[in-house]
Amino acid sequence: MDIFIQQVVSGLATGSIYAALALALVMIYEATDVVNFAQGEMAMFATYVAWSLINAGVPYWPAFFATLAIAFAGGLLVQRLVIRPVQNAPILTVVIVTIGLLVIFNSLAGWIFTYVQKPFPSPFPKEPVRIGEIVFGSHDLGQIGVTLVVLLCIWIFFRFTPLGLAMRAAAQNPVSSRLAGIRVGWMLALGWALAAMFGAVAGIMVAPVLFLDPNMMGGVQIYAFAAATLGGFTSPVGAVIGGLIVGVVENLVGTYVKFIGTELKFTVALALIIVVLLVKPTGLFGRSIAKRV
Amino acid sequence: MRFARKLIALAALVSGPALAQTPGVTATEIKVGNINPYSGPASAYGTIGKSIGAYFKMINEQGGINGRKINYITYDDSYSPPKAVEMVRKLVEQDQVALVFQPLGTPSNSAIQKYMNQMKVPQLFVATGATKWNDPKGYPWTMGWQPNYQTEGRVYAAHVLSNVKDPKIGVLFQNDDYGKDYLKGFEDGLGDKAKTLIVMKQSYEVTDPTVDSQIVNLKNSGANVFFNITTPKFAAQAIKKAHDLGWKPTHYLNNVSISVATVLKPAGLEASKGLITALYLKEVTDPQWKSDKGFQEWLAWMKKYYPDGSVEDNSNGYGYTVAQTLAQVLKQCGNDLSRENIMRQAANLKSLELPLLLPGIRINTGPDDFAPIEQEQLARFNGERWEIFGDVVAAQR
Amino acid sequence: MNDARARQAFIVVAILIACALPFVLSNFRLFQFTQVYIYAIALFGLNLLTGYNGQISLGHGAFFAIGAYAAAILMDRWGVPYGWTLPIAAVICLVAGFLFGLPALRLEGLYLALATFALALAVPQILKYFEHWSGGSQGLVLIKPGAPFGLPVNADQWLYFLTLAVLLITFWVGANLLRGRVGRAIVAIRDNPTAAQAMGVNTSLVKSLTFGVSAAYTGLAGALSAIVIAYVGPDSFNIFLSITLLIGIVIGGLASVPGAIFGAFFIQFVPNFAQDISKAAPWAIFGIFLIVFMIALPAGIAGGVKMIWNRLTQRRVSEPSGA
Repeated sequence: MDIFIQQVVSGLATGSIYAALALALVMIYEATDVVNFAQGEMAMFATYVAWSLINAGVPYWPAFFATLAIAFAGGLLVQRLVIRPVQNAPILTVVIVTIGLLVIFNSLAGWIFTYVQKPFPSPFPKEPVRIGEIVFGSHDLGQIGVTLVVLLCIWIFFRFTPLGLAMRAAAQNPVSSRLAGIRVGWMLALGWALAAMFGAVAGIMVAPVLFLDPNMMGGVQIYAFAAATLGGFTSPVGAVIGGLIVGVVENLVGTYVKFIGTELKFTVALALIIVVLLVKPTGLFGRSIAKRV
Repeated sequence: MRFARKLIALAALVSGPALAQTPGVTATEIKVGNINPYSGPASAYGTIGKSIGAYFKMINEQGGINGRKINYITYDDSYSPPKAVEMVRKLVEQDQVALVFQPLGTPSNSAIQKYMNQMKVPQLFVATGATKWNDPKGYPWTMGWQPNYQTEGRVYAAHVLSNVKDPKIGVLFQNDDYGKDYLKGFEDGLGDKAKTLIVMKQSYEVTDPTVDSQIVNLKNSGANVFFNITTPKFAAQAIKKAHDLGWKPTHYLNNVSISVATVLKPAGLEASKGLITALYLKEVTDPQWKSDKGFQEWLAWMKKYYPDGSVEDNSNGYGYTVAQTLAQVLKQCGNDLSRENIMRQAANLKSLELPLLLPGIRINTGPDDFAPIEQEQLARFNGERWEIFGDVVAAQR
Repeated sequence: MNDARARQAFIVVAILIACALPFVLSNFRLFQFTQVYIYAIALFGLNLLTGYNGQISLGHGAFFAIGAYAAAILMDRWGVPYGWTLPIAAVICLVAGFLFGLPALRLEGLYLALATFALALAVPQILKYFEHWSGGSQGLVLIKPGAPFGLPVNADQWLYFLTLAVLLITFWVGANLLRGRVGRAIVAIRDNPTAAQAMGVNTSLVKSLTFGVSAAYTGLAGALSAIVIAYVGPDSFNIFLSITLLIGIVIGGLASVPGAIFGAFFIQFVPNFAQDISKAAPWAIFGIFLIVFMIALPAGIAGGVKMIWNRLTQRRVSEPSGA
């Protein structure tokens, strides 16, 4: 029984890593209708910015918030400079542009900071929390907490603020939104800025566990896609729950289903996604979109 | 036109038959080709290709080898076998290099091996620990360099059998040729006992964010010996998690992840106490080498010729040492830089000592021995540095 | 000179040039061109599904892998002559694609893209798992074939001609398919699936078949690749391959037959070119190329070519009345 609980706890911890980045992905999708393939790399790059600040002597929390501000500005810039020119192009064109961003950020990080992994400080205590035989990493708990806080912020923002409503409108129906007086262009830019900011939070949270290197987010991004797919790309709550489910199920299958073991763990996670999609194509918490004929 | 032709023929005659048969070589330069993953999933190893270039730059500034400068041509293969084949063909057929040096990665080398041997071009000192590069009869133009993974696995197995009472072994391995090769060597070293002594095997993919789940399972299996076949990032995680869980097995760490600064410190120096590994190179962040002459030479070279590179990255020590090995081979060739002689001299390295090799470890090759480095030294981490113990261990065939 | 005639003339000239190349280019360049043709066949398949039929696939690398491994295993384990592996691999992928296309009917746009993404991600792990067949992480080393019947061409030239022949045949078949009723049905489903259904098109069948045929093309390309490279390993078929194929069709031009060829040239040569520009961060240069291309030519190279052609022909038409 103990090992079951421990694996669930471990699964929740890794799941929260996926969830953190998935939130940023969902954010951009909700705000701009674009799947940003470069989300993970942008988060990684922001984490390097934080690392540089901390390395230069800036204390943790000031560096944290400074990085968020820089990420916000960076996201704005990327949207205005790179995404806006292809705004009206077919969706796949925009996807290729985000892929271009992905390789640029990855390559630049490797060139500027080298590929040697760097340790990254955690604001949470080092000692693990022990309840009976079960061990909870303190950082893991803190990370889950931060992810939930971010989730709450996003949820409140989109549901209850006029700005959030305006952003969703701009993403789903730009023409009508303009008629309603919404400055669509700036809404899209704001969406990217916010997503970049949340991505930075995700990166800073996971770096102490994953260690900072240019390929840090590569695997995580894939899992984040899986999480968002499972939960529904239109639902921040779904993204978090999707991430946690992926993390836990992966661990349990790897532990208990012997003939699969760890060598097909990843495949199982992916198969799970596909099965869920077949049952509920827009994800567990996603909205179904009715089509007008 | 006819007169020009006669002149050319005369020139060829005068310059000697040697030059006509030595592609990539002129009186003033030797073309050395290389492929490395500068992009893609294995881009972390791209620094090896860069460090080699930096070393040759130093050699050239010091006058070259026997009066010839090294023209180092390196291409990116993104760790993709089709790209590797293309780039190697470019080196051999278009750039006409004298040899292909240190191509990196087992998949890439597997893909080009037949071609290199068919074209009779040296595939020299390949950058992989796989065991199959030591086959002079089957592939006379291919040679490895570093101690292969299976040998290292066998060394650990031997140590377990003679030092651990009633061992129950758990293994964590990366699910690719590197991880599986280590595992095979380890299992071979245990012989018949492998099936009974290994109580659990757990694998992971490079795309996995953490290996925490695997460590939980391994601890739970009741193992008291842990063979840790992981690359640096995952090694740090594994060591840390094992410590957090309160699991204290006899812990063997593979040679790829021994860095004090980038693996052990982040994992926790306390948590890393007692780790056992097999070394052949001086670990560049290990404090015991601070005043070592060889280390200081390396550090000075890094600062002057490869300032962009990290002085905490063992790959840069590796690249430096393997480049020195090639320099020795080329020196031994003298004026005969034909491909045949390059291979002949590569198979003729006797007791070569290099500054970053551990004291007591030498490079030896022969017509039947295409494994330049076969010795390793066991070491234990004492919380501060890797303390060498025991004698130099030689590979068993 | 109207468009159709001009197009035919271009095609004939291009084919003539392509046939002449083996006697002009070095073996290495031929090898690169052979790679281009292989990519073109794969891209045609993907374009059929994504460009013409609107089903976004981020996982066509999986079919490329299936085709490659099918050919490799047939040659390595059962000694099947390489010529036969091509149609066999194509049929296997046709079935695989159709089977994947059936459940995919339930998925739209983004979610289909992600499901195919998941498929492509699983491929390396699955290949490594079935070690006994696939050679595991080590892969399979194959024998590169030489010219048959003692023809006076070397191996590279022979494989070039073989690949070119396969390309011409498959493109001809495909282009004809697209011009006819089937093609119109395929495109109708992309543009307005509800209307298409109302008009009597069996959308489910067409979509699944398109998936199958698309996979067959890409699998055929994979089989050719296994023969030409003479090696298959899991590292050859990771997620980057699927992403590269997607880049190829978008940059080349969606829903365009020549787009497959333009795209193939791009993905084969531009990364090399980027390398020449900067060894320090080669992919950053490649990424910049991608972004610049997409901003300048959102409809891909084919779109750009069309635009230029229209401009040129318009001038000719307006000249007599203008001057």
